[in-house]
Amino acid sequence: MTPLTNYLLLSAFLFCIGLGVALSRRSAILVLIGIEIMLNAANLNFIAFWRFGPTPSALTGVMFTIFSIAIAAAEATVGLSIILAVYRRASTTDIEATEAPQR
Amino acid sequence: MTLVFLLLAAITILGMGAAMSLRNPVRCVVGLTVGFLGLAALYLQLGAQFVGLTQVLVYVGAVAILIIFAIMMTRSTESPEQQTFSRLWFAGIAIAVVVFAVLGWAIHFGAHMLPTQAALPELPVQQIGDALLHRFVLPLEIIAVLLTAALIGAGVLALDDPAGEKRGPQ
Repeated sequence: MTPLTNYLLLSAFLFCIGLGVALSRRSAILVLIGIEIMLNAANLNFIAFWRFGPTPSALTGVMFTIFSIAIAAAEATVGLSIILAVYRRASTTDIEATEAPQR
Repeated sequence: MTLVFLLLAAITILGMGAAMSLRNPVRCVVGLTVGFLGLAALYLQLGAQFVGLTQVLVYVGAVAILIIFAIMMTRSTESPEQQTFSRLWFAGIAIAVVVFAVLGWAIHFGAHMLPTQAALPELPVQQIGDALLHRFVLPLEIIAVLLTAALIGAGVLALDDPAGEKRGPQ
């Protein structure tokens, strides 16, 4: 029987991996991957609290996770099309190369 | 039970860690997919079958493929010759470590307040459908509007071609 603490620790670790990816990579696509990892870590927390919570029949955690997955899909779509639009203008997805607006 | 958890946690952490540290973006996405699959299995282990299958469908089936498409369209499939980590990568990793320390501290010292329900909850899909169309019908409609807006917005952004403007080195 795995206690809730282990799930929370795993989720915190995944969140920090995502944070590290988002803060330390140069490619904009990989920054987006980091954000996706952070969202997934939050989803794991929701499900773990739903599983161990006092009223699992209320379904709140499951519903929140489903809506969060939908929002993450929308976020990935818009984020990647923004990256494509930036690539069209700057010919690179390197964040440090696109820091200053190119005129 | 604990062995299954440890195995799934190891798979997830290895996949996500590969996404964090590898140089080639395509390999990063493969690592990310492995991590998503590990998380889906964790959801199944926690008794949320519907969410686990949704995770496979949406993340492994759609988001990972979308990221692969973006990598191909921006021609970054090869490992870049220059640095793949930013100049301030050390600060980023340090911030992540500090955040993990704070979260771990909070979990460790708040463990006695956490709920400890033992029984695995039953979750038939019919119940999820009922809840979606009764109690959560307003969020469902808002999500539908949001997804439509995201679809149109993504199309507009991707069509935004600065025709005649500079398109980079030809």
